[in-house]
Amino acid sequence: MNIFNAFGLGAITALGITAMSLQPAAAWEPTKPVEFIVPAGTGGGADQMARTLQGIIAKHSLMSTQLVVINKSGGAGGEGFLDVKNSKANPHKIVITLSNLFTTPLATGIPFNWKDLTPVAMLALDEFVLWVNAEKPYKTAQEYVTAIKAAPDGTFKMGGTGSKQEDQIITVAFEKAIGKKLTYIPYKGGGEVAVQLVGGHVDSTVNNPIEAVSQWRGDKVRPLCVFDDKTLPYTDKILGDLSWSSVPTCKSAGVDVEYLMLRGIFMPPGVSAEQVAYFVDLFKKVRETPEWQQLMKDGAFNPTFMAGPEFVSWLEGSEKNHKALMQEAGFIAGN
Amino acid sequence: MFDNFINLYHGFAIASDPFNILLMAVGILLGVIIGVLPGLGGANGVAILLPLTFSMSPTSAIILLTCIYWGALFGGAITSVLFNIPGEPWSVATTFDGHPMARNGKAGEALTAAFTSSFVGAFVAVIMITLIAPLVARFALQFGPAEKFAVYFLAFASFVGMSKEPPAKTIVSMMIGFALAAVGLDMVTGQLRLTFGSEELLNGFDFLIAVIGLFGIGEILLTMEEGLEFRGKAAKIDPKVVLKTWATLPRYWATSLRSCIIGCWMGITPAGATPASFMAYGIAKRVSKNGKNFGNGEIEGVIAPETAAHAAGTSAMLPMLALGVPGSPTAAVLLGGLLIWGLQPGPMLFVEQSEFVWGLIASMYLGNVVGLLLVLTTVPLFASILRIPFSIIAPVILVICAIGAYTVNNNVFDVLMMMVFGVLGYLLKKTSYPLAPLVLAIVLGDSAEEAFRQSLLGSGGSLGVFFSNPLVSTIMVLGLVAGLWPLISNAIGRFRVAQPA
Amino acid sequence: MAHPPHGAPGSGPTQRNAELGTALLTLLFGGIVIYGSLLVGVGWSSDGPQAGFFPFYVGLVIAGCSIINLVQALRVDPTELFAEWGQMSQVLKVLIPATIYVILIPYLGIYVPSFLLITLFMIWLGKYGWPLTLAVAIGVPVFFFLTLERWFLIPLPKGPIEAMLGL
Repeated sequence: MNIFNAFGLGAITALGITAMSLQPAAAWEPTKPVEFIVPAGTGGGADQMARTLQGIIAKHSLMSTQLVVINKSGGAGGEGFLDVKNSKANPHKIVITLSNLFTTPLATGIPFNWKDLTPVAMLALDEFVLWVNAEKPYKTAQEYVTAIKAAPDGTFKMGGTGSKQEDQIITVAFEKAIGKKLTYIPYKGGGEVAVQLVGGHVDSTVNNPIEAVSQWRGDKVRPLCVFDDKTLPYTDKILGDLSWSSVPTCKSAGVDVEYLMLRGIFMPPGVSAEQVAYFVDLFKKVRETPEWQQLMKDGAFNPTFMAGPEFVSWLEGSEKNHKALMQEAGFIAGN
Repeated sequence: MFDNFINLYHGFAIASDPFNILLMAVGILLGVIIGVLPGLGGANGVAILLPLTFSMSPTSAIILLTCIYWGALFGGAITSVLFNIPGEPWSVATTFDGHPMARNGKAGEALTAAFTSSFVGAFVAVIMITLIAPLVARFALQFGPAEKFAVYFLAFASFVGMSKEPPAKTIVSMMIGFALAAVGLDMVTGQLRLTFGSEELLNGFDFLIAVIGLFGIGEILLTMEEGLEFRGKAAKIDPKVVLKTWATLPRYWATSLRSCIIGCWMGITPAGATPASFMAYGIAKRVSKNGKNFGNGEIEGVIAPETAAHAAGTSAMLPMLALGVPGSPTAAVLLGGLLIWGLQPGPMLFVEQSEFVWGLIASMYLGNVVGLLLVLTTVPLFASILRIPFSIIAPVILVICAIGAYTVNNNVFDVLMMMVFGVLGYLLKKTSYPLAPLVLAIVLGDSAEEAFRQSLLGSGGSLGVFFSNPLVSTIMVLGLVAGLWPLISNAIGRFRVAQPA
Repeated sequence: MAHPPHGAPGSGPTQRNAELGTALLTLLFGGIVIYGSLLVGVGWSSDGPQAGFFPFYVGLVIAGCSIINLVQALRVDPTELFAEWGQMSQVLKVLIPATIYVILIPYLGIYVPSFLLITLFMIWLGKYGWPLTLAVAIGVPVFFFLTLERWFLIPLPKGPIEAMLGL
């Protein structure tokens, strides 16, 4: 059975500890525009979050200078991470990460590790949900799994973002859990994956909630289960009487797979503690804005916040976990 | 459909609010500036101004932002015509005849034709959106990887075979484009390829860098070879040039209409504006009786790609709103904006936010009219830039190219690559290798390969997937006919010549 | 190198040599592409082509057509000129300063080299006076600084001089 407990446990322990002990007022302040690197293309989940952050910070004047979003998506995000790694001690640069913080160096051999960067804070964890087309007869994850098991290997098609990244990792874990192979088809972005599902070109996807929620509202797709150890807390009605909280966990449906994706902030190596403290403080302020809370609700995020040593130990656990998962799936470069 | 008209009427009431009209004018002007300045694509402009719009109503905000987008589209044609530097992928085909026109002293005519065609294309597309919006969104859903590949195939097929250059050179040129497009991360397997361990090559070769080098720098080198003068210098600036050009435009109604259809169709399919512009150019060249003169400054060669690109760009807005899939980086940023305003793009947007949607559609009508009037007044101004002596303008263009190349990825290595492409462009041009196939391959090569392999993954490796349903089969057959057309027409031609002999 | 020997008006590199050179260049490029593709696998696995499949055949086609072009180039009239030496030196007058310009950008940022490039161009090639030259050479970088960096917040490369000024 696959229990990715580093994610699950990290999430549980940290949940509720969002109010961190306040640090002394940061003495350092940015003196010029801060570059906000997005190691992914425009329009994806990380990019949307970065631009929302930019909007919130500008709207509430949380920073004395501007925040400039720059996409560096080359080499599965490797380009962006290398850029930050090579900007030693530059406090005017931050980077938002997704799982490619771990997967890209492992899958491509691009020379960097999260330890080359300075961890700042975890903003949230992104959930993953198993979706099928609403016109298909599968009402529950069990029904879908039964259908997959009844067909030959590779009959059912799973769409996902990128190759050897989080979506495919989940797909491989899903395959292991049910003991049947699916055909994984990689696409460029989460939005495109959701549309391919609506168009019936793939049978299921593991989209993040925010990528598919509008299609759900339009009754085009159906969530079967969430890859987390407990159901989501959001009870706002989305389609009919259904809300995020009515989506069962995959574990309860007999598919013991859990995966949560990091949405965190890092800085270049060699920055001072004061500079890190400034950004930790900044993002704490962001979390209190209504726009941020709305985003968390819309995207059904797990709003765990972490900084300092707690964040570092979470990262260590998560890295080990990814290494094991990718090793098992045969995704490590050079294989 | 009748409901649409009522909705549209309400939309006009919203969009024609004086404040919104003012926003349109401001947006268009900003957009033109953004389009002309190097490195400031519509995406950047929209992203930067997005925070400013949070205090407005969503409708006003989206009007401002889409007008910036229109303005940037109009503005992109300006640098293509004047300096041979296309700022966006879909402006490349505009340079083929637009820039030669400018060098022949007809910059004013070229700009007028470009702007007017953009307007016509966009306007026809908006009318189509008004009439058949829900149908269009449903049609777009039919496009899986196989259908997408078929569309790319059709675009390539209708564009190749049109060059006068030796076939082996055309093929080399196109294949170099494919090879450059393949550098970097292979999306399907997640492997790095052709990077040879270099960190600089991770991102592959961006189309814009190649084009700025091949066309922009290459053009400067060619101009230098022929002496320091800018040939268009003697052109006198006639304020009536707009009206005079307009008088000639109705003659090309067939080209316009054809390009509108190509554009709308390509915009609804997720292929987008770039293949539309190349395809419209390629077909116009084959069909027009002036086809042989294409590439030497034929006004039809400006009308065809501009009309198609803007028809496609506009009709692509619809799948974006209805499906929530952005067709371009700019659209992606707009989508991000929608989310911040609490609007969820997707199937329910038309139902739950119909005031917003129809306000936006109405603003497309008005914004385009306002935009056309504004940019036409700038024609004499921009045309007069060519009167600046070459020894002043050349270094400034070089600086603009460098800034443009840098800002694509914020990478100084790209500026070096731009110079390499510049020399290459000069060399290839002088040894009569066509550059257009190379550029087309860089732009579409990646997407085409991706779609091809996604299709094969889905079909378990069977090529039959490209003929598995009526839609994909039709497009593939059209593509095959278009690709083999030169052979077919050649055979017919020979047959006809042989007969009387 | 900026002043190659100026021969009679009719002399210069021949078109034939240029064609041969270009064909060899594309042949080399094709070879590199083939080699790079072999590194990542060029086969057709169970789930469709591997990463190097397309580039491999693209490389083969490039190499093949390059050889055709090479043979055709041999048939080009050997007296036909690519360009006269005078024209070539004109081209080099732009190419060399422009190359130095892009090489300087990583070290000095974009503003100082732009100033130098415009100045050099206008004084040396355009034979303009200093007042106009300086106006353009200073005005253009300042214009881009204001519009791009200040207004649109697009950071451009900067060097030690900008750092000293605290920009």
